[in-house]
Amino acid sequence: MTGHRAHAVRVGVARGWTEFRLGLKNPQDLGFYLFVAAGVLLYLFWNRDDEVAGTSLPVPSAALPGILAMLVAFGAVTGPAYALAVEREDGTLLRARAVPHGVTGYVAGQVLLQTMQVFPMFAVILGPSLLLFDGVAPRGAAGWLTVLWATALGLAAMMPVGIVIGSLASGPQRVGTWGLLPVLALAGVSGVLLPMDALWGWVRAVAQLFPVYWVGLGMRSAFLPDAAAVLEIGGSWRTWQAVCVPVAWAVAGMVVAPVVLRRAARRACGSRMAADRESAARSVR
Amino acid sequence: MRADTTVSVRDLYMRYGTDDVLRGVGFEVRRGEIVCLLGPNGAGKTTTVEILEGFRERSAGDVKVLGADPSTAGEEWRARIGVVLQSWRDHGRWTPRMLLRHLGRYYAPYADPGRGRARDVDELIGMVGLDGRADRPIRLLSGGQRRRLDVAAGIVGRPELLFLDEPTAGLDPLARREFHDLVRRLVAEEATTILLTTHDLDEAAGLADRILVLAGGRIVADGVADDLVRRTIGVALVRWSRGGEHFARTTPDAAAFVRGLFARHGEEITDLDVRRPGLEDAYLALVRQHEEGAV
Repeated sequence: MTGHRAHAVRVGVARGWTEFRLGLKNPQDLGFYLFVAAGVLLYLFWNRDDEVAGTSLPVPSAALPGILAMLVAFGAVTGPAYALAVEREDGTLLRARAVPHGVTGYVAGQVLLQTMQVFPMFAVILGPSLLLFDGVAPRGAAGWLTVLWATALGLAAMMPVGIVIGSLASGPQRVGTWGLLPVLALAGVSGVLLPMDALWGWVRAVAQLFPVYWVGLGMRSAFLPDAAAVLEIGGSWRTWQAVCVPVAWAVAGMVVAPVVLRRAARRACGSRMAADRESAARSVR
Repeated sequence: MRADTTVSVRDLYMRYGTDDVLRGVGFEVRRGEIVCLLGPNGAGKTTTVEILEGFRERSAGDVKVLGADPSTAGEEWRARIGVVLQSWRDHGRWTPRMLLRHLGRYYAPYADPGRGRARDVDELIGMVGLDGRADRPIRLLSGGQRRRLDVAAGIVGRPELLFLDEPTAGLDPLARREFHDLVRRLVAEEATTILLTTHDLDEAAGLADRILVLAGGRIVADGVADDLVRRTIGVALVRWSRGGEHFARTTPDAAAFVRGLFARHGEEITDLDVRRPGLEDAYLALVRQHEEGAV
């Protein structure tokens, strides 16, 4: 039986790759990448000569790590949440239920797809940034490696959250409320958009319970000079915690998300789908 | 229970809130049969089928499908049944060939020595007549083509038992005819057992070995179409005129009645009309009787 499940995971990985390829050919998906990239680059370009208050760090260098962390958070939470909410209604999940170990394959496909989608997003933002701004590159091979692990840990920590939200949201429209707003709020208090100094102590304490802060910290440690660590809470990059907190989230998520998803999959069936058809027809794929 | 019983349902109840949709449904389907579940909208056809497919938990009752309880059966069991539901709009960006190949791959570990599990995709595309459309995005398919793709997806794993929920809704007459041929082929060539729901009487009469009528939350008739008519209505309607007056009478034996009529009145009889009720009359009578009786 385990072998059969492993087979389904392989089929699902191929499925995710297919979805990724189809997305790259889809003008809507490409438009989204370019839209986000254009917004980010415009903001950085506008502030290219400014320095972060009280420091000698140029804004592009200081902001870029946080922006990447936020994109990881959005990709990991909103991506699967929205996909799941749509695909519960259009029958994709039900079709997965109809084949042996199909839901396992479906989840494997989603994980691969959402992971892969980070790459074009990073490419369209990092590529032009490296050309346009000075001193924004990660610091050597170790820096790039840190970008990789921070991204991987961020995805592992937050994708289960996205799957849970997508399983519980009553429709794609609700994902906007339950998927987007919490991430936005967390990003706001996690120092990825704004410095955390301005926040109350308890908000800073709460923010440190969530993975967004730690992914942002990891990213900053990859991009900024070591001297910038003094600006962080505790005056250090706290690498050990930056690994442990996301890992703890990932472990908890891998316990909770399958249970919640299985319940959502059990609820997805034809007659309910027919009832939801109208609301789904109004949502934009 | 006979050895070749594929589906067996006894005392099946389904309750949504305080509403009993199914109240003691019972029937059996034997291997290689095409059984049609007929009933008005909202009678619980889809609910029944979803319970058998293992997609829905029942409130009460005994259900065995391919020897297992669908609510607890595992993936080995899942590999032996095929499902075609209503209203699938998924995988719009994929092509039929991509989707069928993908779905077929799930069945690979379930192949028996004598029986490769997944059907060849090219063969499958030919079977459902999607040759010219196999490499175009699914969202560009017409309703009928989409339906045939759903059927192809339902049989890609060579199921022993295939569930079809209103498979021909929205198909034009030609597409419907082709679909019926496909179903008969599946039964003839692979002894696939088929349970399909419909509210199309011609479809039920033309395709099914046996018809089950679901009304008022119960199976109110179970038999071949002719039996159903005879048992339900059991009479013919005879109408005639005599001396400018119109008469109508129902009778279980139309030939004897008309013979008697002529023996008594001879040439006074004009405008003779004998009408045998069809499946539609039987069905309507059944549904009326049981929907009114219920609640």
